[in-house]
Amino acid sequence: MYRYDQYDQAIVDARVEEFRDQTARRIAGELTEDQFKPLRLKNGLYLQLHAYMLRVAIPYGTLDSRQMRMLAEIARKYDRGYGHFTTRQNIQYNWIKLEQAPDILADLATVEMHAIQTSGESVRNISADQYAGATADEIADPRPWAELLRQVTTFMPEFSYLPRKFKFAITAADSDRAAIRWHDCGLRLVRNEAGEDGFEVYAGGGMGRTPMIAPLIRSFLPADQLFGYVQAILRVWNRHARRDNIHKQRMKILVHELGAEEFTRQVEEEFAGFEARDVDPPRAEYDRIAAYFAPPPFETGLPDEIDRSDPDFALWLDRQVAPHKAPGYAIANISLKPVGGIPGDISAEQMEVVADLAERYSFDELRATHAQNLVLPHVRKADLYAVWQALDAAGLADVNLDLVSDIIACPGLDYCSLANARSIPLAQKISTRFADIDRQRDLGELKIKISGCINACGHHHAGHIGILGVDRKGTENYQLLLGGSGAEDVSAAKITGPGFDEDGVVDAIEKTLDAYVRLRDPGERFLDTYRRIGVEPFKEAIYG
Amino acid sequence: MADALRYRTDAPADEPAVTLDAFLDQADAASVRIEAGDDVRHLLPHLARVKLVEIDFPRFRDGRGYSSARILREAGYTGEIKATGDVLVDQLLFMRRCGFDSFAPEAPITPAAAERALSAYPYVYQHAADDAVPVWKLRHG
Ligand code: SF4
Repeated sequence: MYRYDQYDQAIVDARVEEFRDQTARRIAGELTEDQFKPLRLKNGLYLQLHAYMLRVAIPYGTLDSRQMRMLAEIARKYDRGYGHFTTRQNIQYNWIKLEQAPDILADLATVEMHAIQTSGESVRNISADQYAGATADEIADPRPWAELLRQVTTFMPEFSYLPRKFKFAITAADSDRAAIRWHDCGLRLVRNEAGEDGFEVYAGGGMGRTPMIAPLIRSFLPADQLFGYVQAILRVWNRHARRDNIHKQRMKILVHELGAEEFTRQVEEEFAGFEARDVDPPRAEYDRIAAYFAPPPFETGLPDEIDRSDPDFALWLDRQVAPHKAPGYAIANISLKPVGGIPGDISAEQMEVVADLAERYSFDELRATHAQNLVLPHVRKADLYAVWQALDAAGLADVNLDLVSDIIACPGLDYCSLANARSIPLAQKISTRFADIDRQRDLGELKIKISGCINACGHHHAGHIGILGVDRKGTENYQLLLGGSGAEDVSAAKITGPGFDEDGVVDAIEKTLDAYVRLRDPGERFLDTYRRIGVEPFKEAIYG
Repeated sequence: MADALRYRTDAPADEPAVTLDAFLDQADAASVRIEAGDDVRHLLPHLARVKLVEIDFPRFRDGRGYSSARILREAGYTGEIKATGDVLVDQLLFMRRCGFDSFAPEAPITPAAAERALSAYPYVYQHAADDAVPVWKLRHG
């Protein structure tokens, strides 16, 4: 894992002091709320319905036990003993007091964490494949590039007042676990025939009210030119985006309006200039960072057999554990989706359990996923039983990865001032309705994603089943969408028809899934059945 | 404009800045004003006669002016670049880094507040139009 050096630490420490000063000026009345707002938003501090919310960055979703323990301590000291993992691999605290926010940032800085650019119109936390460095299906660990990108996009002078937010996602794997084409800029690390590393660059994806899947704009960008190319993209957008309508300022709109070809031409033109000025860090800087991401010292000669005699453990094993690139090791997924629970919520005590497990069994590494779960990336197969027992004792051994109850939900009307409808109670109802684990397993892979408004923080466009909360004459109403995907088979979900109330939408999901069970071919996932037979049979089942 | 913040030692330009269109029409104009929506690249063929470029920020959120300034510096322009309009103290550092060297904000900024904002950070992570050295260069010499 990356460790700060004196420079990184000095920059983050300076940020804490700057924000302490800004907060003091706000509390003293020297800054109005209007003036303070953009400053706090650059530090991840939102004013929600009931309190301030602080969003802490977890760069590319990687953290260690020391950091997780600090997140637990912050939950206890400054919040109500909870944290909430988000769809951007960040963590949010929902009950923060303004005067304590600088202290929280100072505490975070002691463990090399921050909230820089987790909100506002800037380059946001970079998300990445949660299996990076552990999965066999990637050409290299993409996180050194993500860290390099984190640094050079921090406090960019030219691009700190962008038309809107800007989100990167990066992967180096064939399976897309980072939903890269749903991002403003998606990067896939590839290797050419000469053995050189480079990126496939996708630009102009995004959700919100106008869902767009990013087109490929460069099939091979030499990796050493990444920062020049990124600046070229940002400059074209910064200069030419509309500034008169907040809903039309995301980069996806510009890419769409110019067309991918013309957008690419302009980017390439700017890029030539950046290249000539030699703006990229040297290879030595990549090497320095990459050294921190060297594979942990995996033991060799470990057994691959696992004792499956405990049936509950065997269930967990089959669902929550993924193959690892090193023989004798496995990737263990920790569900934050208990039946009837709040997706992504975790108590301080549970955070500490997870931190202990990471330290003891996973080379001190943890990952947060965009599906609001956690991962122990490097567990010896021989230790899986002990890990499972500890998780079970902490209420963290749910068996539902990628099943119907593994729901992504945004905070919705319970917290969010922009919401039209509640997301969390709906997620709770759905997971309760489908609590039976045999039924969940029979239904197979299913990604339900819920957003409380058109802003789509719950990724409903990318849900196999998506739910969008809308306001219908003053009452909460839910639209049902089918057929989306955030994976390598990316697609945007489509609305089925008229919306429902909260119970109605749960019924509609059940009808949809009953139809699926009737109509599927053997072994076929819901998404594949939908793609094969289209929306009509489902409409009939729901509305007929 | 007596209280403008200026980080240059030469004498300020004495003629008022004209719009980009007017500047392109008048062969002897030396001061030009770039609105947020103007394409600053139209100026590039004429840089030899430019003494002052004012870049306007209609709202502090509108960040186009940062690119305009940096493009001028990349093209080798060494004259004055002045930020006008909705310019806030917490933006000065980024503006300086993009090549602005004078400021005439709507709401005045005291030199002390400006100094504090400009010296808030000991290091930077990337090249820009100033001569701050990115940390990767400090790391690798
Ligand atoms: S989707 Fe809407 S309701 Fe949900 S968190 Fe985002 S802005 Fe808030």
